[in-house]
Amino acid sequence: MAVCVAVIAKENYPLYIRSVPTESELKFHYMVHTSLDVVDEKISAMGKALVDQRELYLGLLYPTEDYKVSVFPNQLCRYGYVTNSKVKFVMVVDSSNTALRDNEIRSMFRKLHNSYTDVMCNPFYNPGDRIQSRAFDSMVTSMMVQVC
Amino acid sequence: MNPNIMQLCGAKRLGYFGRSQFYIALKLVAVAQSGFPLRVESINTVKDLPLPRFVASKNEQESRHAASYSSDSENQGSYSGVIPPPPGRGQVKKGSISHDTVQPRTSADQQEPASPVVSPQQSPPASPHTWRKHNRHPSGGNSERPLAGPGPFWAPFGEAQSGSSAGDAVWSGHSPPPPQENWVSFADTPPTSTLLTMHPASVQDQTTVRTVASATTANEIRRQSSSYDDPWKITDEQRQYYVNQFKTIQPDLNGFIPGSAAKEFFTKSKLPILELSHIWELSDFDKDGALTLDEFCAAFHLVVARKNGYDLPEKLPESLMPKLIDLEDTADVGDQPGEVGYSGSPAEAPPSKSPSMPSLNQTWPELNQSSEQWETFSERSSSSQTLTQFDSNIAPADPDTAIVHPVPIRMTPSKIHMQEMELKRTGSDHTNPTSPLLVKTSDLSEENKINSSVKFASGNTVADGYSSSDSFTSDPEQIGNNVTRQRSHSGTSPDNTAPPPPPPRPQPSHSRSSSLDMNRTFSVTTGQQQAGVVAQPPAVPPRPQPSQAPGPVVHRPVDADGLITHTSTSPQQIPEQPNFADFSQFEVFAASNVNEEQDDEAEKHPEVLPVEKASDPASSLRVAKTDSKMEEKTAASAPANVSKGTTPLAPPPKPVRRRLKSEDELRPEVDEHTQKTGVLAAVLASQPSIPRSVGKDKKAIQASIRRNKETNTVLARLNSELQQQLKDVLEERISLEVQLEQLRPFSHL
Repeated sequence: MAVCVAVIAKENYPLYIRSVPTESELKFHYMVHTSLDVVDEKISAMGKALVDQRELYLGLLYPTEDYKVSVFPNQLCRYGYVTNSKVKFVMVVDSSNTALRDNEIRSMFRKLHNSYTDVMCNPFYNPGDRIQSRAFDSMVTSMMVQVC
Repeated sequence: MNPNIMQLCGAKRLGYFGRSQFYIALKLVAVAQSGFPLRVESINTVKDLPLPRFVASKNEQESRHAASYSSDSENQGSYSGVIPPPPGRGQVKKGSISHDTVQPRTSADQQEPASPVVSPQQSPPASPHTWRKHNRHPSGGNSERPLAGPGPFWAPFGEAQSGSSAGDAVWSGHSPPPPQENWVSFADTPPTSTLLTMHPASVQDQTTVRTVASATTANEIRRQSSSYDDPWKITDEQRQYYVNQFKTIQPDLNGFIPGSAAKEFFTKSKLPILELSHIWELSDFDKDGALTLDEFCAAFHLVVARKNGYDLPEKLPESLMPKLIDLEDTADVGDQPGEVGYSGSPAEAPPSKSPSMPSLNQTWPELNQSSEQWETFSERSSSSQTLTQFDSNIAPADPDTAIVHPVPIRMTPSKIHMQEMELKRTGSDHTNPTSPLLVKTSDLSEENKINSSVKFASGNTVADGYSSSDSFTSDPEQIGNNVTRQRSHSGTSPDNTAPPPPPPRPQPSHSRSSSLDMNRTFSVTTGQQQAGVVAQPPAVPPRPQPSQAPGPVVHRPVDADGLITHTSTSPQQIPEQPNFADFSQFEVFAASNVNEEQDDEAEKHPEVLPVEKASDPASSLRVAKTDSKMEEKTAASAPANVSKGTTPLAPPPKPVRRRLKSEDELRPEVDEHTQKTGVLAAVLASQPSIPRSVGKDKKAIQASIRRNKETNTVLARLNSELQQQLKDVLEERISLEVQLEQLRPFSHL
């Protein structure tokens, strides 16, 4: 289950970022921000036109890191995914609970991408605005960790 | 909102809702619903407030209130702007109201409400219609406006009013209970709360006033309600209006309205973009960025509803679903007070009493829920027909089904491949044709995979690598194998599925020959002349014994060729005319050898040469020009022969390549051969002397012959072993290449 989901625009500003509200959200924001560098690095390393979805998926961006154990008792892994329009999805998952397989992460990103496309299709959505679609929100909620 | 309104209108101060307070409250409600800040000044300043949208509870109450309003409105000079339906349209309303009041319960009033109540929506086409529940005047002065005040507001007021005669005997006749029940149940925000109850008797039907700025369709929507429409139902008039609007944008009713056009259209309604965005999300059912007629009607309906104060539902009500757009009971409207006044009968209107209730377009969530149980009108039933029509549209209703339309892409290539494979292939064909076709609509990833696999297959057919273009038999099999392998994700030994024919070869002739060779090879593995021309076509296997040489020789080189994908042209020649080619090669070789070595020993040369050649092929294979090991192993004896062998040997590079690889594989086996090489060397070493001794006498010749035979047998054995190793190596190579292809990212997207 994801702990934090972020959609970053091409210019590296967040279009949508949402975390499980338990922990300090700032830390999640920070993690997402730091992973942007890794994403960019991977993008540049990939070379030319990557059209394949497999290439869109960047995988584990950074080895798991745990800050102070007290704050982050779990191992947090960040995964990245970039679309052809250089919109990046970063997801922080809590790997302690379930050993999320790669395929599951991919499917989560696929769902994210699909919902994002739906948001884009909305003529009332101006690219660059924050994403306020309720459908998108509900989809992300379904992916987030169920925190009691 | 209610508390604020109450506060603003001073009711709290007074402790009750006086008429003026009520009017103010209503006006504030309208203000609030229009999205304007809730302030007292706004009432007066904003003249163009749309009539507040109240879920009409039953007309009774409304009528009651209306009557009261109307009567009051006349007297409310200060509230001139406030027509009984709070946001005054001004004169018109007032007039209408007064008219209504004047003619309480006159059916004539029915007509009135419609137009005057038109909420001042600006842009004609886009302006959502404010559907107003229209109290049928029968109730008399029901201001057509949906007087649904805030539930709580209404209730007390209603009761108060009921007591008061507002001059409606009729009303009094209607027991408050029914409406109140409704109200109570709807107690809600103003928009959602009251339901206009229609006097059954007096109210013929609740007409929903649709404010239509546009001159096109009728402003009034009179809907003879069939009774229990759920709030989100679209009345006929509404639908007609929507359709007309649709036509203005898109003449073809079966066509689409592109997103941009729809955006402009709905922006005119002056709803906040966020809400329009949400409406779009709800109404664009198939998520295609365009609106069909049904989707457009749904969107329009939602816009109207919103305009009238209804909240937007979280999910699209059933009645608005593209296939059910007309006359469907909305499953659940959720929270939105549908602005679009559905002419559905105000849900709760006492069923018994409101058979003729004018359709109150405003339906409230509660109503909806309750209306679910209501009967469906004949219209609804007729809509079932439309249902069927639209079903097809909705077929891919599930927006999550990413693949609504089968991906057309791969069909062609796969078909082509299929054909190719079918043409060529034997066994694995069946898997190929079906699989790509079957997976057409499946996962994209799967398709990609198949694409890649198909492409791989095609590549095989075309490219050099694995393309078993050489032999028809081998190609399809190879392809099929590859495809099959890929499909099954098994990069395991391709040879499992590979047909006997050797790996695909660049030239078809090769394949054929190779297949032939393979057969021969298998049949003739042992006791054959070395025919070591594993990689060298021209290296005609030595022909120690003319009788045997050609055969085995042919085999060997051919086999080698077959095994090696890099067969050069020479192998082709050889396979095609094994016997002949060999002979010619032999002769050439012999000639060359003879020339190189001893001319006078030409006779023996052919004999020797074959031997040498036998060794040479093997050696040449090994002697990747750089591989001394191999040389030692094989040719060993006759370096000169080796060199000679190499020269006439055609595509050294290819064999070399092959050999390199096989060398690597065979390196471990080098040791095994060292002994043999030693023997060979010994044997071969003697050979050079043979030619010289040939000329001596027959004994020498015979001895040499014997020796050659021995050498031949040894070399033959060695050759067979090496060929076996070569085959293994090739198999591994094939499997590795297949795996590589699989792992390589698909780049066909």
